[in-house]
Amino acid sequence: MIRAENLFKTFDDHEVIRGISSEFLKGKTNLIIGRSGAGKTVLLKLLVGLISPTSGSVWYDNVDFFSLDKKQKRFIRMKVGMLFQASALFDSMTVEENIRFPLDMFTNMTKKEKLSRVDYCLDRVNLPGINKKYPSEISGGMQKRVGIARAIVMQPEYLFCDEPNSGLDPKTAIVIDELIRSITLENNITTVINTHDMNSVMEIGDNIILIHEGVIAWRGDKAEVLRSDNQILQNFIFASPFLQHLREAALERQNELTLRMDKK
Amino acid sequence: MLFSRFLYHFGRYLIMMGTGLARPEKGHMYYKETMRQMNDIGIGSLIIVGLISIFIGAVTAVQFAYQLDGTLVPQYYIGYIVRDSTIIELAPTITCLVLAGKVGSNIAAEIGGMRQKEHIDAMEIMGVNTSGYLVMPKVVASIVVIPMLVALAAFISIIGGYAASVPTGLLSHVEFVQGVRSFFVERNIMLMFIKSVVFALILTSVPAYQDIT
Repeated sequence: MIRAENLFKTFDDHEVIRGISSEFLKGKTNLIIGRSGAGKTVLLKLLVGLISPTSGSVWYDNVDFFSLDKKQKRFIRMKVGMLFQASALFDSMTVEENIRFPLDMFTNMTKKEKLSRVDYCLDRVNLPGINKKYPSEISGGMQKRVGIARAIVMQPEYLFCDEPNSGLDPKTAIVIDELIRSITLENNITTVINTHDMNSVMEIGDNIILIHEGVIAWRGDKAEVLRSDNQILQNFIFASPFLQHLREAALERQNELTLRMDKK
Repeated sequence: MLFSRFLYHFGRYLIMMGTGLARPEKGHMYYKETMRQMNDIGIGSLIIVGLISIFIGAVTAVQFAYQLDGTLVPQYYIGYIVRDSTIIELAPTITCLVLAGKVGSNIAAEIGGMRQKEHIDAMEIMGVNTSGYLVMPKVVASIVVIPMLVALAAFISIIGGYAASVPTGLLSHVEFVQGVRSFFVERNIMLMFIKSVVFALILTSVPAYQDIT
């Protein structure tokens, strides 16, 4: 579990994160949602330790991350995997070298063991046999999956995903969502996803927080999204008239079903 | 204000270099990266360094031949002047100026691109010491390779001086060789290498600092 306690982050005079406290649960897909510029990415970078908070703390289980020295932080980071918005695969390396990089850097595994681990991870993301390809030779969706393979190669306990669906078509986005969810459940890890993809919210949102102007405006799960009357949430999730119409239809259907059940 | 900014950046620069000197996570990864950088910086710069060195020597020889024409200074001094000006000043300075443009901009582009594409963030999250892995191999490679390039540049410059003066009849083969072999001070070679090491350190670490911090 990861816990943020009263996090504040200020850049010059601009306060981006204003007192966020939240728990990100183990074995769940925890979603951070919000409009562009709301502070989602800053919050994710604070959680992962890429930037330090102005005040507040981030706890990995029972360890206060920002109170650790460099060596201890490195130890925690070896338990962290991250998928970046643009995948962040090293262009000069093949897919295999990209995935193998953390193994080469931090483990004493033999070459054979490393290759078998790479093959397992590629199989896990349904991309067997592309070991020798370069990132520029594969599609955006495949790059994301290779990014996931690299993120899980060290068997992390915490997985962070920064907008995993950005730039992908809806079908591929669903594949990525399902993959992240199944990896989370399979390994019982703490997954934190930063997204503004509504499909993700409705499909894999086990624990959702909505960030608005640097504070948590709403929290709940995917089942509560439809029923919530929080205006900020509704304006965000059902931003277009089409989506509003869908929501009304869904609520009507829900009411009908409830009435029928009551009559029976 | 300017001085405090200088101190601020100098302090951060020292921190970056200090962090970079930490014990590598895996020595063979750093070795591999250093070899790659040696190839990029050394082999990749051979042609431009060679080309410029020929002209440095040639221009020095022709210019001094023109200046000394009709004076009482012996002609073989042209060889001596070409050798010493090349070794003491022109080879290290001009070569490193050219390399500052080529290697410095390559490093700035490489690390800047990695920063923009979140490669550096990815490495930091993995636990890699980015100052160590991205900066130190470049610095070590340049400190090893650039003095070699400078020595080569000095040699090629002297050849350039010969090619511009002997075949054109400015002085004879014997005079040029006599000049090159006269009044040799070994300390100058040491000076050339010290200069090239200092330049190598600056021209790789400053662009790296600009992008990695």
